[in-house]
Amino acid sequence: MDLQTTIYLFVGGTFALYIGIAIWARAGSTSEFYAAGGSVPPVMNGMATAADWMSAASFISMAGLIANMGYGGGLFLMGWTGGYVLLAMLLAPYLRKFGKFTVPQFIGDRFYSKSASTVAVICLLTASLTYIIGQMTGVGVAFSRFLGVSSDTGIYVGMAIVFAYAVFGGMKGITYTQVAQYIVLICAYIVPAIFISLQLTGMPIPQLGLGSNMVGTDVSLLSRLDQVIVDLGFGKYTTTTAGSTLNMFVYTMSLMIGTAGLPHVIMRFFTVPTVAAARSSAGWALIFIALLYTTAPAVAAMAKYNLHATVNTGINANADLYATESSLKAEDRPDWMKRWEKTGLLKWEDKNGDGRIQYYNDKTKSEAVLGKAEAAGWKGNELTVNADIIVLANPEIALLPNWVIALVAAGGLAAALSTAAGLLMAISAAISHDLVKNVFVPNISEKNELLTGKFAMAGAIIVAGYLGLNPPGFAAGTVALAFGIAASSLFPAIMMGIFSKKMNKEGAMAGMLSGLFITLFYVFAHKGIFFIKGTEFVDLIGGPNSFFGITPEAFGAVGALLNFIVAFVVDKVTKEPPVHIQAMVEAVRVPRGSKAVTGAH
Amino acid sequence: MDDGGKAYWSATLGLLSWIMAVWFVVTFLAGIVFAPELNSIHLGGYPLGFWFAQQGAIYVYIALIFIYKKMMGDIDRRFDVHEE
Repeated sequence: MDLQTTIYLFVGGTFALYIGIAIWARAGSTSEFYAAGGSVPPVMNGMATAADWMSAASFISMAGLIANMGYGGGLFLMGWTGGYVLLAMLLAPYLRKFGKFTVPQFIGDRFYSKSASTVAVICLLTASLTYIIGQMTGVGVAFSRFLGVSSDTGIYVGMAIVFAYAVFGGMKGITYTQVAQYIVLICAYIVPAIFISLQLTGMPIPQLGLGSNMVGTDVSLLSRLDQVIVDLGFGKYTTTTAGSTLNMFVYTMSLMIGTAGLPHVIMRFFTVPTVAAARSSAGWALIFIALLYTTAPAVAAMAKYNLHATVNTGINANADLYATESSLKAEDRPDWMKRWEKTGLLKWEDKNGDGRIQYYNDKTKSEAVLGKAEAAGWKGNELTVNADIIVLANPEIALLPNWVIALVAAGGLAAALSTAAGLLMAISAAISHDLVKNVFVPNISEKNELLTGKFAMAGAIIVAGYLGLNPPGFAAGTVALAFGIAASSLFPAIMMGIFSKKMNKEGAMAGMLSGLFITLFYVFAHKGIFFIKGTEFVDLIGGPNSFFGITPEAFGAVGALLNFIVAFVVDKVTKEPPVHIQAMVEAVRVPRGSKAVTGAH
Repeated sequence: MDDGGKAYWSATLGLLSWIMAVWFVVTFLAGIVFAPELNSIHLGGYPLGFWFAQQGAIYVYIALIFIYKKMMGDIDRRFDVHEE
């Protein structure tokens, strides 16, 4: 069977499965629609949370980023998993005990203020909408590369599929579909990694393969990789840090508290039956996430090695990398390179006109490397590789069979669709439950609330699809913004709501707003006001990364710190929260008496 | 809050503090600040600091959540506030 047919078969088959599950798990009540009836077992909820969490960015881009960054890429690995420790201990069990459908509802009730809840809704909508744009573009990329249709057609098909199971199935349909999507995406990630690990190290488990010796030698893969890329002028793989140690520290912290504060992740813990189940569900989620996250560094290092070894034949032959015959002859380059050149994600340019490809770091400061390149007649790096290729082209680079490539296509789509559905759920609940029911039409009937939720979701799909079709110029910076907002506004507010009995509404509001403001200010200074080109005001704050060399992506933790400080200062000078609120906090802290989640006030 | 409630909450906070301490040490000390020093030790083919940042920390997080779940359950039962 040819590659195209195999891919259609795999993708078509998985889509049919998702729709089938959605029909089986239709939501009939608001409780099923928002919280899957609060009856999902912890292991299944963990799997669904993992699929919800691992987006197109985790699946497609992360390994490529790590391959480029080396050791420093560990900040994504630790940041996006360590947040679950915070979530499991500081937020999830208490929010489950609180027993309501949404994050803004907790903030509104705990801080006895509709304004607080509205601020939370705004933070939630901004974070979720910016996040969803990335998923929709991911769907478009996967479709256009693998199915040979245009990216736009891909987005329409993606919208239709999500519409079918999210609008009719609600949280219940989404949860069970995500379980299936998790299985598809994890197989798609791990199967090629096993093959590649076997090829390079003879060890089938990629996590161990990364720490093993190269086949037939007593040199470890990582030290060989270090040696090769340093020889070509790149930074040493195992030690290159992300900016400075301080920046890596703050960046990791920002991703962790951002992860714990993202509403579409928190919401998953309203679907389990008990407080104890919320605790273990976070652990299961992390196990399922870790399967991918511990494989990613192996994929990154091995793909980087394979890529260099393909272009420079001196690497596998243990010959001089700067010898003329080491550089790959352009006419001998493998088919997958030609295929990816068409997408523009891989570019080759013969700068010195020798008909061979030279791939090295021409910006290096090492005189030795520049001298050797000069002597060999190299006139600059000739190959540029987009980070997203690393995972998508991985099976092709390693010359794996067609069904593995088809599996990766289905996996990429599963990752993007499952995250999009989870985000849509959070958006729909915020609009229908926190805005319409809570603020505008308090006595809305359950039937009408359900209907509003479905309309809100359909509307959100159309907006997300539109933004995916016409990606605003700021798409690249937006995911950082989503984490920044979650870290600087939502996480501190929820945490203080649980751990400080005396925190009042004035403190919480002032904290949320100042955390949000300072984070937006720093991000906009670098990237433009609302990401509009030409409105950057980075000189005004003393140049790029002027705050102790911290990059805007890493700034969420600083915003969170300010949030805590402002909240405690304002809290000290204003009056205590009412007695019934303090009693509510005490009740939230103990597991006994947990009930099924409801939307009641 | 009655005395039992206070004792329960301080037992909870005690558990959370030491779990957070391990979380902090593994991530920020072993994985970031002291990673260059740890790299002189090797775990198979892995330099140790690199291993913490790209593998080890994640395994520790999983262990921490399940230890938390177990010990928190014990505290709940000790103070008789567990779910029936």
